[in-house]
Amino acid sequence: MKVGVLALQGAVDAHLRALGRCGADAVAVKTAEALDGVDALVLPGGESTTMSMLLDRFELRAPLAERLADGMAAFGTCAGMILLAAEVLDGRADQRSFGVLDVAVRRNAFGRQVDSFEADLAVAGLDGPFHGVFIRAPVVERVGRDVEVLASVGAAPVLCRQGRVLASAFHPELSGDDRLHELFCRLAER
Amino acid sequence: MSATPDPSVAGPETGTMLVKRGLAEMLAGGVIMDVVDPDQARIAEDAGAVAVMALERVPADIRRDGGVARMSDPEMIEGIKAAVTIPVMAKARIGHFVEAQILEALGVDYVDESEVLTPADEAHHIDKWAFTVPFVCGATNLGEALRRISEGAAMIRSKGEAGTGNIVEAVRHLRSILGDIRKLTQADSAEVFEWAKRLQAPLPLVQEVAATGKLPVPMFCAGGIATPADAGLVMQLGAEAVFVGSGIFKSDDPAARAKAIVEATTHFGDPTILAKVSRGLGDAMPGLEIGGLDTKLADRGW
Repeated sequence: MKVGVLALQGAVDAHLRALGRCGADAVAVKTAEALDGVDALVLPGGESTTMSMLLDRFELRAPLAERLADGMAAFGTCAGMILLAAEVLDGRADQRSFGVLDVAVRRNAFGRQVDSFEADLAVAGLDGPFHGVFIRAPVVERVGRDVEVLASVGAAPVLCRQGRVLASAFHPELSGDDRLHELFCRLAER
Repeated sequence: MSATPDPSVAGPETGTMLVKRGLAEMLAGGVIMDVVDPDQARIAEDAGAVAVMALERVPADIRRDGGVARMSDPEMIEGIKAAVTIPVMAKARIGHFVEAQILEALGVDYVDESEVLTPADEAHHIDKWAFTVPFVCGATNLGEALRRISEGAAMIRSKGEAGTGNIVEAVRHLRSILGDIRKLTQADSAEVFEWAKRLQAPLPLVQEVAATGKLPVPMFCAGGIATPADAGLVMQLGAEAVFVGSGIFKSDDPAARAKAIVEATTHFGDPTILAKVSRGLGDAMPGLEIGGLDTKLADRGW
């Protein structure tokens, strides 16, 4: 299975390595042609404003929206979660997202970089805690009916699933634990 | 509503090396732009910058004006923080740990312990482990990079020569750091001790680089980037992201040039796209020959 990582900007390499360890054929996606060739897509962490602009400037937004509407499996981490969400709070006014995950996400909800943190999370369906790395992380504030919350920090959902779309507010690619990438690869193979 | 980490969850911990390095990883493939006021910060964000560096004068002006260059006015940094949603970095003088404390208290996202400002200490850099905020430091060679990492830097940028619009020093420093990493990976276990001595760097870090073939933190490039082609050059040489100082706001058309450099940094390996984004940008900043400089900023730091 060929899994792409959207490579306009952000923590691309760590995702490629994690997917490779899960046995996927992982490739960086910077163009519409590259997007055509993948079965599933990871939208990595980085700056959601930058990625959103580059999606428009390199004419990737429409083809990606189409693939997502067709049911392509997608995994958004941090900025990627923001790009997949139905509603973005505290974003730029011109920031647009794909709306395939029916949640409202607040950007930088935990504060600035000095508030970034690591914490163990209880994840539904995983044995043992998952170590979450939260970098200027967003949180989910409203969850739609079809969205399953798999992990929370306090009352705030930080890992959600809707069908073949998975999204985390934290960075599973930084913690050296590939269980969520494995989960995503299984979702994508369905 | 602002969420807070739940103390009942095991180990919410701020200021760890992973969290510090993590933000640097998120900036990879992006452009960090020097800005001196909220208007410039907005132009940078609109162009697709992943972060801005708040400072009072861009390096070209610091070079022209002379005198002591210090940390920026907190009011100006706060104005820039309020103007954008992307991370805001700010510079402290080399060794000036109180400027760094102030920047941390202001809530900046990264502190640049920078040779562009006038050093405050001629022997010591800041003990960066003592801070929750992450630090980026400049380096001209592998030894300097590893010394900064041993002091707690979570990101390294090759120094180049700031404020010149001349890429030659950035290329020299990148080639020096990455070339030595390539050679170090060929060293046998006995030779690694000699490398540590020669680099004047801690042995465990030298051993780690020998084993992994890369620095333990992301390496970005700064100092002299003025065109999309410059960005493409340093990215192809192996930089993970670029800092652009004077190159944007000292050019004819900052907004267009900023956008073009962002696009070039994403598609650094595609000459067709580089050609497309390089068109019609007006004049780049006027450049300076390195041989004619009174002060080489890259020589600051030890």
